[in-house]
Amino acid sequence: MLNFSKINIFFIYLIFLFISFFSILNFQDQKEPLIDKKVNLGLDLQGGSYLLLEINSDPLVKEKIQSRVIPLKKLLKDNNLNYLNFKINEKNLSFSLNDIEKFKLLFFSKNDNSLNPYIGNYNSFELDLEILENNNVRVLFSKYGLLTINNSALKQSIEIVRRRIDDVGTKEPTILQRGEKRILVELPGLKDPERIKSLLGKTAKLNFRLVAENEEFGTDKLMSETGEELNVSKRIVMSGENLIDSQPNFNSQSNQPTVSFTLDRLGAQKFGRTTTDNVGKRLAIVLDGKIVSAPSINEAVTSGSGMISGNFSFQEATDLALLLRSGALPTPLNVVEERTVGPDLGEDSIKSGITSLIIGFILVILFMFYKYKVFGLIANLALVANLIMLVGVLTILEATLTLPGIAGIILTVGMAVDANVLIFERIKEELKTEKSIIHAFDIGYSKARITVLDANITTLIAAVILFAFGSGPVKGFAITLGIGIITTLYSAYFLARHLTSMIVLNKKEGKVNL
Amino acid sequence: MDRNIDFSSKFKSANILSLFIFIMSIIFIIFKGLNYGIDFKGGTLIELRADSKNINISEIRSSLNSMNLGDVNVKAFGKESDYLIKIEQKTGNNNELIPEIKKTLINNLNVEINFRRVENVGPKVSSELLESGIIAIFLSLVAMLFYIWIRFEWQFSVGSIVALFHDVIITIGIFSILSLEVNLSIIAAVLTIIGYSMNDTVVIYDRIRENLNKYTRLNISETANLSINETLSRTIITSLTTLLALLSIYILGGEILRGFSFAMILGVLIGTYSSIFVAAPVLKFFKVSYKTLEKKEEKIVP
Repeated sequence: MLNFSKINIFFIYLIFLFISFFSILNFQDQKEPLIDKKVNLGLDLQGGSYLLLEINSDPLVKEKIQSRVIPLKKLLKDNNLNYLNFKINEKNLSFSLNDIEKFKLLFFSKNDNSLNPYIGNYNSFELDLEILENNNVRVLFSKYGLLTINNSALKQSIEIVRRRIDDVGTKEPTILQRGEKRILVELPGLKDPERIKSLLGKTAKLNFRLVAENEEFGTDKLMSETGEELNVSKRIVMSGENLIDSQPNFNSQSNQPTVSFTLDRLGAQKFGRTTTDNVGKRLAIVLDGKIVSAPSINEAVTSGSGMISGNFSFQEATDLALLLRSGALPTPLNVVEERTVGPDLGEDSIKSGITSLIIGFILVILFMFYKYKVFGLIANLALVANLIMLVGVLTILEATLTLPGIAGIILTVGMAVDANVLIFERIKEELKTEKSIIHAFDIGYSKARITVLDANITTLIAAVILFAFGSGPVKGFAITLGIGIITTLYSAYFLARHLTSMIVLNKKEGKVNL
Repeated sequence: MDRNIDFSSKFKSANILSLFIFIMSIIFIIFKGLNYGIDFKGGTLIELRADSKNINISEIRSSLNSMNLGDVNVKAFGKESDYLIKIEQKTGNNNELIPEIKKTLINNLNVEINFRRVENVGPKVSSELLESGIIAIFLSLVAMLFYIWIRFEWQFSVGSIVALFHDVIITIGIFSILSLEVNLSIIAAVLTIIGYSMNDTVVIYDRIRENLNKYTRLNISETANLSINETLSRTIITSLTTLLALLSIYILGGEILRGFSFAMILGVLIGTYSSIFVAAPVLKFFKVSYKTLEKKEEKIVP
């Protein structure tokens, strides 16, 4: 175990130097990096906001099931099926029917089924049929139908969330899908997430609807921001989907903040037609079921652009313009988890983390030197090399360093010497019976090898499981702990062993002070 | 220096002590329960630093009274004028309350407040976090059981699992007794303790296996005793260096890491104890001898 070929030695140090090189990259000028790799600081160290958003697809399911009412009734009528007690419920449509068998055939037809399309990749229909007592049936979304609705809503939400956050202009946001219903948002450096939260909390469904003179069929009673109650037609003249741009402005006459918007060709046509036909009437601008304002139509607007005025502050006008630009969320989002760390706490954490790392390191080094003298120095050199390599590997992986991650490094320092302690203690035992020092070292290394491996693999298993199950900061701990074990094995079994062999082989005979 | 401490004669009394503490821990965990942090219970946590030293805990608490927040817990945290406010989960969403709470504090206390940390965990997420934490602990116990089973004989595998259960339950039991907060970082600590304690046990088991083959006339008690003594200085040195590193985190690492490092310190002490006084006696209980090892070899070499 003490004989190294020249090639061996070359590779041992080459790998060490290669990995160590990456650790230096963290100290280069970050504005003009030679190689753009570095260890990222977690939100708990650099400050920032972590938000976990959850989509609520229930309103969407309700909306979608309602959209099937007309095609369903048409199907029933076209095929002379008589139905009774038609009811629109939260998540299903229920009615009673005379000929259920016939309906079933039509309902589950794979050919040109506009009511209930077949989803090929799931091998399932979008809708399902429940047959109850007394010829009652219930139409509802199938498991895969719900999944399709949910997935497309989630994808769309992620897109809208990304647009809104990019528009606010935070640096390097992370936006990821988490599971089937959640979106993870990380906003480094953000001090107060309230504005982002309120921007993400609004679905921002905008539509323009005419105000009716009085309560009549096909109108909704809606409240305006000023507390006025208006009867608004159910018919949507034009919706936010037709918007291509929106900007905050100042109205030059009233000096009030306003939001200007530009429409696409289709929107401009619709808007032009409606305003031409309804001069003198009021047009309500409805956002998320609330009237923002309801101005009177003074003249036909055919230019394809317009202005929303309301009782906005400039901030509100800016946010509204941003929301309209980014488009509506398909469904409301809830913040189910939030963690925000201020930048000064992050700095304090880095400081205390580094201090405890340095002190822990010094204590261990002093102890090892006291215990093993020259060989303690070797173990300490291996420890230093170990730390440098650990940072190097973290850099190569561009891993995220968190406060528990720093704790993982300190723990590695404490546990890393174990490999060398195991080996040295073994050699000590061998020295009692072996005459030849070289032989004793040789046997010591080979006998301790299995133990060292077994002992470290157990900790590695724990680290891997922690990585798989942990979240955020805890994951950072698992990463440093896991990589620390691997660099520890390398430094003990290659670097320290080579250094030891140089000392032992040069001594030849005589005493070794272990 | 040659140590020859008679460990095996103390196995019995040590086991009685372990069993007592183990049962006490379970009783405490069941009847007193654990002091879950917001990670597992849901709720809101606000860490703040006031720019004036003139405010105190009761002022902070009373300033929030008007908001009717339910159970509000305020304590000093780290430096002077640093405070930690914990608000339990309401039926609605605490999330929307955060800006209001901030405003109320600033208005009522009349000082500059720096909100250093704000965390809010909803009820669904917190129960998921707890669940995945428990799964992670069980999974790692199972993984260890398998690893030792592959590397050693089943008796060793049972012994190491008994020792791990001992360590995990007693560490959590002490957290229950002292009403210390259990959060995500404590789960991380428990998993690391599992790794560390296993590490310690493996070193002694490795030596017992080696010595069983080497000294076939010694019985298991004598072999265990010899092996423990032979590896004792390693056990002590490694525990010491690990404890030095952990103490450094505990004292200098700041408030956030305090619970974690405390759990780890407990775990290292208990884990070191258990690999000598719990893991080894289990082998004696199963009457492991060099013959046990031979059987396995016959199986491998047909």
